[in-house]
Amino acid sequence: MTGYRQRFTPLQRLLHWLMAICILTMLFIGVGMVSTVKPKYLTLVSIHKPLGIAILVLALIRLAVRFRYGAPPLPADLPEPIKLGGQLSHYAFYVLMIGMPLLGWGMLSAATYPVVLFGGVRLPAILPHSESLHTLLWNAHFYLAFAFFALILLHVAAALFHALVRRDGVFDAMAPVPTYDEVVPAE
Amino acid sequence: MAQARQSPARSVFGSLMLIAFVIGAGAAAFAYTAGWFSPQHLTPESFVDALTPPTGVPLGHRRNHAKGICFTGVFEANGAGTALSYAQVFTRGQYPAFGRFNLGTADPSAPDATVRVRGIGLRISMPDGQEWRTAMINPPIFAVSTPQAFYELLLASASKDPDAMKTFAAGHPEFAAFGAWAKGGPWTGSYAEDRFNSLNSFVFTDSSGSEHTVRWSLLPAAQPVSVSPDDLAKRGPNFLEQEITERVRGGPQRWTMVVTVANPGDPSADPSKAWPEERRTVEVGTLTVQQIEPEPDGPCRDINFDPTVLPSGIRTSDDPFPAARSSVYAKSYDLRTAEAHDYPRTTADAKP
Repeated sequence: MTGYRQRFTPLQRLLHWLMAICILTMLFIGVGMVSTVKPKYLTLVSIHKPLGIAILVLALIRLAVRFRYGAPPLPADLPEPIKLGGQLSHYAFYVLMIGMPLLGWGMLSAATYPVVLFGGVRLPAILPHSESLHTLLWNAHFYLAFAFFALILLHVAAALFHALVRRDGVFDAMAPVPTYDEVVPAE
Repeated sequence: MAQARQSPARSVFGSLMLIAFVIGAGAAAFAYTAGWFSPQHLTPESFVDALTPPTGVPLGHRRNHAKGICFTGVFEANGAGTALSYAQVFTRGQYPAFGRFNLGTADPSAPDATVRVRGIGLRISMPDGQEWRTAMINPPIFAVSTPQAFYELLLASASKDPDAMKTFAAGHPEFAAFGAWAKGGPWTGSYAEDRFNSLNSFVFTDSSGSEHTVRWSLLPAAQPVSVSPDDLAKRGPNFLEQEITERVRGGPQRWTMVVTVANPGDPSADPSKAWPEERRTVEVGTLTVQQIEPEPDGPCRDINFDPTVLPSGIRTSDDPFPAARSSVYAKSYDLRTAEAHDYPRTTADAKP
């Protein structure tokens, strides 16, 4: 057990857990709303749009913070393919966190649906009215949502594996509260 | 093996089981939310499937109200509506509008005289960037009280069981009023002579913040002339589209928009129940249809007349239908836009 390792900065940990809640909520609202005709449909849609924009903004902030502060190194004894997988998954997360809201916004724009945020603020269309663009973006938004959820499950499995089986500090680097072998973050 | 302490192997096994459980539970919760464990619950797909006409899926067309023709025009507000809603569309002035006259059938080639329900989809744009979309029909009340009952009506009317409709009507007494209109109500020979009603209720908010539950209607300026369905059948399968095209070419056609305000206790959640005749009504403006355009290249084709696309100052009420319509219309829109190659435009430079 290596134990000691540098953690993500508090801002990065805050963004991670805040976004985890937002994104899981978003994915559940998404699959829930497209399968109902009850009045909650409108409520869910009216949360889905502004929450998606909030995630987009948070993801861009997070990307900037990541460029500024980087990530703690992975344990030296972690096999190379696992390291590579972990790094690729981070790229995939950023692509999805930024791409999914843009696909949704673009898809609504291509169908000329208004994008209404909390407080009645309306966002402009980012694409012209086009049935073919709508279809393309709708399909991407729909299927990538399932890919996103699958990636999250994989991420959770990996995090728990690090926390419970390997106990190598990888989980602790992003843990919301100090864990058993917490040391003062080197900032 | 000691009883008190787990061996490392056992601890790893326990951890792996825990991880498997967490992942499995997460996946199951997701599938549950997506409705995969409750196939009997109503989804937009249920309605789309139930709407499929005997002629087959109308690829590229709306899944209901599949036959229609586009129009462009203007909505001129007289300012009276500002007493009920602060939406900009009620401020005295002219607002560009377009829409679609349509028939309440899932078969885009149904002969006009065979379709009882006629409708109008309308989109009014405001300078502040907001818009008001509404889709209205000509019966004075809706056929049923709930989306669930509408689904059952679709199943019954498509059923091969000769008693299906009788059974349905017995279980849905509210259907009688619609049935009476369908049988005995007048037919006209023109969209321009039809009155269109929102039937669903909505809530207007005025500038003082007071709320008013309302329904709205478009009353034709043209004098309605009653024509029997048999006589209409002789005019050809597309007489409504030909008639409105010629009529508008001869001069713009107008409808007065009238808003009816509910009293407390009126059935705002049930579009099959009319409100008492003496309810306050406010004429808020006039819709003028200036030009007719065939659907394949017209502006109404690739837009969803989703009745929940509303400007600030108008919102949905406790009526469950607008939410259900929004959900099902979106599904219909997603399907038909993906099938555009099955319903090609006729000119290359048509407006998308």
